[in-house]
Amino acid sequence: MTKITFITKTGDKHVLEADSGTIMELGVNNNIQGIDGECGGVCSCATCHVHVSKEYYSVVGEPEEIEKDMLELDDHVTAYSRLGCQINISEDLDGIVLEVANE
Amino acid sequence: MQSEKTCIIIGGSHAGINCAFALRKEGWVGKIIVFDSDPELPYHRPPLSKTFLTGTDEIEKYALKSRDSYEKERITLQLGVVVESIDPERQVILLKNGKEETYDKLVLATGARPLIPEISGIQHAANLFPLRTAGDVKNIKQALSTKQHQRVVVIGAGYIGLEIAASIRKLGHTVTILELEKRILSRVTSPEMSQFFHELHRTNGVEIETGKEVTKIENHEMPHQVTCADGSSYEADLVILGVGIKINSELAKAAGLEVKNGICVDATTKTSHDHIYAIGDCTWHRNPHYNNQYIRLESVQNAVDQAKVAAATICGKPTSYDTIPWFWSDQYDVKLQIVGLASGYDQLLIRRELNESTKFSIWYFKKDQLLAVDAINNPKAYVIGTKFIKERQVVNKERLVDPNTALKPTFLI
Repeated sequence: MTKITFITKTGDKHVLEADSGTIMELGVNNNIQGIDGECGGVCSCATCHVHVSKEYYSVVGEPEEIEKDMLELDDHVTAYSRLGCQINISEDLDGIVLEVANE
Repeated sequence: MQSEKTCIIIGGSHAGINCAFALRKEGWVGKIIVFDSDPELPYHRPPLSKTFLTGTDEIEKYALKSRDSYEKERITLQLGVVVESIDPERQVILLKNGKEETYDKLVLATGARPLIPEISGIQHAANLFPLRTAGDVKNIKQALSTKQHQRVVVIGAGYIGLEIAASIRKLGHTVTILELEKRILSRVTSPEMSQFFHELHRTNGVEIETGKEVTKIENHEMPHQVTCADGSSYEADLVILGVGIKINSELAKAAGLEVKNGICVDATTKTSHDHIYAIGDCTWHRNPHYNNQYIRLESVQNAVDQAKVAAATICGKPTSYDTIPWFWSDQYDVKLQIVGLASGYDQLLIRRELNESTKFSIWYFKKDQLLAVDAINNPKAYVIGTKFIKERQVVNKERLVDPNTALKPTFLI
């Protein structure tokens, strides 16, 4: 199982475990505040925006162009921004910390 | 001790489920009970005409929330249960199974059902389905599984009809779309967009026939014979209806609530009756970004945003609906994103991108006001459009249509 930590805008820390699916699905299924996934995971709404911890950013990798474009004008965008629906959960992510960008 | 309060939500799709969870977030401590006649664990609807139709995943894969999360938040689901009526005086709802349930607050998230047009023989056609629920798609998939290379007729060329056509083409079947109007998407978008999608479907091998009024469906068994007013006729192993919806406002009407082109609600989603709220596709509401005009929207965005407003209002936190509508559609490899409402536009500008033939955007204006943007494979245009509409930014139209001007907010004003 891969250990994944979400930190919400209010500072709540949620340590979860999963072995498949996406970061967005994991967040939605565990009612993580700020992970809404309104479009269901087709990169259309940017309601699953997370900041990936620095040391894991290279593991997760750069977003594709469409995702980059969706994030470009977001109020909370940083150099470590990703959309959770575009990150598949794998063993490589074990220990990752994700800050939720939205309230 | 004061007994626990109850909030009942009728309708367990995007609006109802989001409202249930938002109620907890806003601090509702009492019971939350969601009723829906659909027996499935509530699911995302947009994939029904897309990946759920083409893929092999079960509907649970598309669940709005996991089963566990309902338990965790103490949200009771009453699925496969039909609500028969509302008694606003006694604050109870009556169920088809004879039981009744008392509420302190009631949220109507009743949505809509497919419109079944009056076509002779339609009720006897064995392989004819609408597409609104997971059950509908299961029927369609079952019908498609009986043999390869079927002839499918889709009646109606709105977004749903077109998405169905794209999905069924992907599965390798033959698709003919019959549209009543002179052009596809005529009720929902501009002629320019209609033309783009017409061409897209034609290139992908879909036959589109416009100006076709279907009058008759013959043969109870396959192939059905679909006949139009002009005498033309099409053989179909499967017929799918995509001619629009009828909102579920009967419960509200019978309860004496004000209903026009939807259940009338104010900016807080309250209906004409105290303690009763309405959210989602079924509402007739005002949009502050568009001169406060009354509108009805069939979209996930509206369902979710109204759900949040209702939850906050019910929990005593003053708030009002103030969102710019947005939509999306995926067909073949084309991603369409729409922000705003184009209706009433007096000018339309097409922005193309240098060396990117599959990417463009259509910008709709009323005088200097940007009303809406249709972005084709172009999320950048979509997010810039969203920003501009939100900020009521006046756009430099000359620069906008000049592909040599980079698509960046600072260059377009």
